[in-house]
Amino acid sequence: MQVQFKDVTMSYGDKEVLEKINFTIPEGKLVSILGPSGCGKSTTLMLISGLTYPSNGQIYFGDKEVTKQDAVKRKVGMVFQNYALYPHLTILENIMFPLKMEKMPKNKRKERALELARLVQIEEQVDKKPKQLSGGQQQRVAIARALAKEPSILLMDEPLSNLDARLRIEMREEIRRIQQETGVTTVFVTHDQEEALSISDEVMVLNEGAIQQNSDPITLYHKPKNRFVAQFLGTPVINTIKVADHPELLNRLRLSEIMKPEVQSIGIRAENIKVTTIESEALLSGIVNHVSRVGKDTTVYIEVNGHSLVATNLGVIPEEGTMIHITADIEEIHLFNFNGKVIELEAVK
Amino acid sequence: MIQKPTLKSSLKSLLYIAPMMLIVGTFNLYPIVRSFLMSFYADYNIFTGEVSSYGINNFIDIFKDPEFILAIRNTFIFVLGVVPASIAISLGIAILLNRVQVLSGFFRSIYFLPFVTSTVAISIVWGWIYHSRFGLLNYALGLLGFSPIEFLTDPSNSMLALIIMAIWKGLGFNIILFLVGLNNIDGNYYSAAKIDGAKGWQRFTNITLPLLGPTMFLVSVMGVINSFKVFDEVFALFQSRPGPAGSAMTVVYYIFQKFYQESQYGIAAAAGIVLFLIILVFTLVQMAFNKKFVHY
Repeated sequence: MQVQFKDVTMSYGDKEVLEKINFTIPEGKLVSILGPSGCGKSTTLMLISGLTYPSNGQIYFGDKEVTKQDAVKRKVGMVFQNYALYPHLTILENIMFPLKMEKMPKNKRKERALELARLVQIEEQVDKKPKQLSGGQQQRVAIARALAKEPSILLMDEPLSNLDARLRIEMREEIRRIQQETGVTTVFVTHDQEEALSISDEVMVLNEGAIQQNSDPITLYHKPKNRFVAQFLGTPVINTIKVADHPELLNRLRLSEIMKPEVQSIGIRAENIKVTTIESEALLSGIVNHVSRVGKDTTVYIEVNGHSLVATNLGVIPEEGTMIHITADIEEIHLFNFNGKVIELEAVK
Repeated sequence: MIQKPTLKSSLKSLLYIAPMMLIVGTFNLYPIVRSFLMSFYADYNIFTGEVSSYGINNFIDIFKDPEFILAIRNTFIFVLGVVPASIAISLGIAILLNRVQVLSGFFRSIYFLPFVTSTVAISIVWGWIYHSRFGLLNYALGLLGFSPIEFLTDPSNSMLALIIMAIWKGLGFNIILFLVGLNNIDGNYYSAAKIDGAKGWQRFTNITLPLLGPTMFLVSVMGVINSFKVFDEVFALFQSRPGPAGSAMTVVYYIFQKFYQESQYGIAAAAGIVLFLIILVFTLVQMAFNKKFVHY
């Protein structure tokens, strides 16, 4: 089911956690809410689930308003960060619990629970207690329980944060597979950009209680709308260069005179920095400070007027201590104005 | 640090626990053994301490004594009357207190007061509450249209009076234990249950009660043991008599009477052993029950 927030504000006491949030989560899609800790992403999830209510604004499921309905009535499925499996029930009983609450007959309940246990590949463990399972298995159980009553919306609150790195990648593929098999609208909260970018149809970046950008993962990475999104996504962090420190930059970028005073800084991703031999075409010149090789990756640190830039895709690896001239394609350069917003390049041309 | 047990290290550790063993041995173990032996004294000279013969006569005597049978019966009535009601009421109050945010410390102290107050003081107050002519309880019943009940002077009401007071007195302690148990339940389970569609009462029976299992076990075992040992409430509420016409006789009161008032040491010791066995059996049953139903 489609989820829609209209001017939703959430405050605890004086502190506003979310400020007039508007978004729509399309039906059948996997949408990630991404942001640093304390940005309000878990609060957003709680608001969808009905465990908390907004201070202001409306929430719609489909075209039905559910703002005042509590969690018992909203009938969403949810996977908690620590899974919250009932410790006194077996795995099968845990999966059957939502069905028991719906007063489904016992044999039907069991049939459905076993079917789900097969879907999440946990059918061997159904008679055990949650404590006897590993983290990854517990998480599968939590997903099965959340899916048991066939919810129209599945919510996941940092479900992978308690798993080790390898298992995390495996489970995230699992979540994607289960989501596509069931077609349930899924909202996935995470602070891990790789997680969000790899499995979602759409990513919503949240910071300080406001939506920064809401788009598909590729657009998000290549066309960030503001400096926060540009800096939050991508490892290593995007290189930002203040125009005030390098007055020659604006001329080299060949910006129109009207644009020039608006540009506060520019951003270039590490993999887009290129070396050029022609000094007059170069955006900047600097001295190679350090070259670090880890496995197949070579990272070059270049010092330009006391600032350090990072480049990962130079092609030719320069010697440490040499002077190099660097540039980048104009469409790979992000221009930020004084509010941190991106200035669209189309407007420049 | 794990050492291999040698003679030297064993002797050394024995030395460490010797002071405590001395105290426990003198004041706990030795009296237990002596009272066990005493229950089998058939012929005994109280002045010389000579025992001419051993036997089970004391046990035969007490089971022939209608007063002892009444004491056993009353004690069971008391346990059955106090423990379940006390658990239900204190759990209810604990849940309410757990929700109260304002003045919660104040309310908790109020409910804990009866537990720390002397039984004698409580009994005097309840003696007044129960009074057939001037008592608060009869006044309240009168307002509801009931004729006054003689709680303390009618033999058929004495156990009821005793049970009501004992429930009230025991509430505070159980409430504290239940509050701790409730606080130990992770709030996430309630959130998950809400998401899973469990309404208020379903959350109580499916989450709160099972997860309170260990607390419930503790409270019920302690309640049963303490209730089997009831004495001071009887003594204080009925002015050092076992109720009107001996109607509120309990096992411990019986032991007290035989030992201190009638100097029948063998009989008293035998009654003590019977009480010990009853409590032992009950505790074993509860432990078996606990193993079967409280497991996670």
